[in-house]
Amino acid sequence: MKIGKVIGRVVSESKIESFEGRKLLLVQPLDENKSPVGDPLVAIDTVRAGEGDLVMYEGGKEAAMSLANWFNPCDAAIIGIVDEVGL
Amino acid sequence: MLARVIGHVVCSVKDRMYEGEKLLVVQPINPAGQSAGPSFLAVDAVQAGIGDQVLVIDEGGSAREVLGKPGMGTIRTVIAGIVDAVESSE
Repeated sequence: MKIGKVIGRVVSESKIESFEGRKLLLVQPLDENKSPVGDPLVAIDTVRAGEGDLVMYEGGKEAAMSLANWFNPCDAAIIGIVDEVGL
Repeated sequence: MLARVIGHVVCSVKDRMYEGEKLLVVQPINPAGQSAGPSFLAVDAVQAGIGDQVLVIDEGGSAREVLGKPGMGTIRTVIAGIVDAVESSE
């Protein structure tokens, strides 16, 4: 898992069936100090995150497993809303 | 992989599989103890704490097995051991 910040949303009307009813959000990956690292990515939302939220997200096949039908073409999924990072 | 625990994360809204699990921030390190690559989050299975050198598994099937949650799920990375010493001739 990695930490990121929701910086926007992606609207897609025509999409594959397993994404129906799911929100696609733009996530800026962050390091442990909450500084941006790399480019923003699109992640599917499973926890009702919103713009500005600090979130944790997972990539790879575990991201796809967050959806009902796990055999999905899904790169990244938001799986938690981060309240606090303590260093 | 070898890593060092550098922080913890509090997360109240999360995927059901993460309920009851402790989340830590880990920094990958080389055998000499120097940072090697970007930090990430891992589920703790061994009561590790900040500053501990740990063994991390970054493969979902094995990670869920270690946590006693086999099958499908969103957990991919787990701390599976606390390292007492690393010996190397290099």
